[in-house]
Amino acid sequence: MKHNLSALRIFVSLACLAAYPLLIAQEELNVERGYTPGQVKPIPVSLSGFSGEVEQVLKFDLYVVGFAFTEPDAAHYQISGSNNGNVQGRVTDPHNKATPTLLSKGYSGATLRRQAHAFADDIVFAITGKKGIAQTKIACKVLSSSASEGNGEIYVADFDGHNPQAVTRDGTIVAAPCWVPGHLALYYTSYKLHHPDIFYHNLSTGARRIFARYGGSNMSPAPSPDGNEVAMILSKDGWTDLYVGSAGGGSPLRLTKTPQDESSPCWSPDGRWICYASKERERRSLCKIPASGGTPERIPTGGMPNPTEPDWSPDGKWIAFTSQAGGFSICVVPVGGGPATQLVEGEDPSWAPNSRTLIYARRQGGRYVLSLLDVPTKQIKDVSRISGSSNSQPSWAR
Amino acid sequence: MKPTKFAKLLLLGLVLNLAAVGCHKHTQGVTDIPNGIAGSGTNDLGTTPGLTSNNGISDSPFGGTPITDPEKYKNYSRNPDIFKSDTVHFAFDSSVVKDEEKPKASTVADYLKSNSEDAVEVEGHCDERGTEEYNRSLGERRALALREELIRLGIDAGKVVTISYGKDRPEDPGHDESAWKQNRRGVFVLLTPPTKTQ
Repeated sequence: MKHNLSALRIFVSLACLAAYPLLIAQEELNVERGYTPGQVKPIPVSLSGFSGEVEQVLKFDLYVVGFAFTEPDAAHYQISGSNNGNVQGRVTDPHNKATPTLLSKGYSGATLRRQAHAFADDIVFAITGKKGIAQTKIACKVLSSSASEGNGEIYVADFDGHNPQAVTRDGTIVAAPCWVPGHLALYYTSYKLHHPDIFYHNLSTGARRIFARYGGSNMSPAPSPDGNEVAMILSKDGWTDLYVGSAGGGSPLRLTKTPQDESSPCWSPDGRWICYASKERERRSLCKIPASGGTPERIPTGGMPNPTEPDWSPDGKWIAFTSQAGGFSICVVPVGGGPATQLVEGEDPSWAPNSRTLIYARRQGGRYVLSLLDVPTKQIKDVSRISGSSNSQPSWAR
Repeated sequence: MKPTKFAKLLLLGLVLNLAAVGCHKHTQGVTDIPNGIAGSGTNDLGTTPGLTSNNGISDSPFGGTPITDPEKYKNYSRNPDIFKSDTVHFAFDSSVVKDEEKPKASTVADYLKSNSEDAVEVEGHCDERGTEEYNRSLGERRALALREELIRLGIDAGKVVTISYGKDRPEDPGHDESAWKQNRRGVFVLLTPPTKTQ
């Protein structure tokens, strides 16, 4: 084994040296091979010429997708520019003498902040070939104060917590907002009618309607990737079970029939599976079941006990979840099998469209704050407080 | 600039060649979690006594009965005080109705038998030591367990509705077991029809 590896190494070294200038893709996360969560080194870049809010935004946006900041001579890429009036900038690769400039662009209109976010996305694309997340949105639950009888509102905001907008103004208990993929619409649970009902809320028009108001509690809505169906936890038949209903209405299909408590369904990106938290005897586990019905299979979370609140990455490869053992921690496990990795203290993760950044909630005193985690590098940033005293149950628009 | 396939292969080679120690291992070890119990069949999460092995739910012939549409009791008067002393407490992460709690359900059942126009809403609550949606489902599971108990005692299934509050409405806002014990509860709320005089 060792001999073969040595020979391979020599061959590969020669090949690499010969083609070094073509290694612009060096920074691409080698998705085909997979990676070890938390063990990937960030891409070192330098940032110069920017100031104030623009500099802050660029640093934040790049950090949470796996970049780190160094002096120019240690950087793999140099990002320079200015923000006098408008943002303009360029990205250069100092090791590429032939074609050093990856990006050179100016921005105008809107606000400096939005220009900076657009630039950040362009930087990410120029360097990695992947789409950025700097212009995406999140939704969450906001508790007004600690003594509010559990009442709160649903909010949406930029992924970094800025530009918050209240979606509801009901002064009641709300829970578990979840975006309709590709649409400006949410499902959530609200107790507005003195009962936990699932609402559909169109954020473009502001119109909303009751989606599920069955007897018992209607909880944890999760629209399918094509938006045509909604998975949810209902107790209308006397047990807390997983159901799937058509977005247009009608009798939902019952997928589980167990006296145990199922919770937190989420979909595979191809729409074929629903993953959810389950309990078998006394043991909590994650399961997946065909979305059209069938036999559930357990998803092993090897060593990470009491998994709940799963979320399936948009690229189909990972499930992020909360593990509870004393405290709570954010973990990821490869869908195809393999060890789960514990990453940070926190709960209730939601994947960004880039399948590497997670938003999650962590406890701070008696309330929750939202944070972002770049899974490959384990870099973390807190999201700005959106409103109220506690922000939890985040959902990333995908 | 998108990397070419060739560049990707070279990248693979480069990574193999220059890789830090971790790349050659098949998998990274799972980080030890303090107090965690890997692969255990029980939820040993700290201060509570172990869960009973037979949680009684799967054996109950009174589970799985459909719950009345919320519109039916929408205009009923709600009385949360009359059964205040009959609030049932649960063990951590459990929805088993303990034997010592069952007389409380009997009290409620007896009242309903004497007041056949009335109905009851069972609220299920959790302590803060759980994630939000898990707790919402567990709270509902607790309410359902008490509903099953009432049905077992002869109450018409259509007269018992459930609602979960997860951990949204603790009885005690404290952060210790004495508070948590209070919060893991099922609450009976009497529903009386609008025409009935008090």
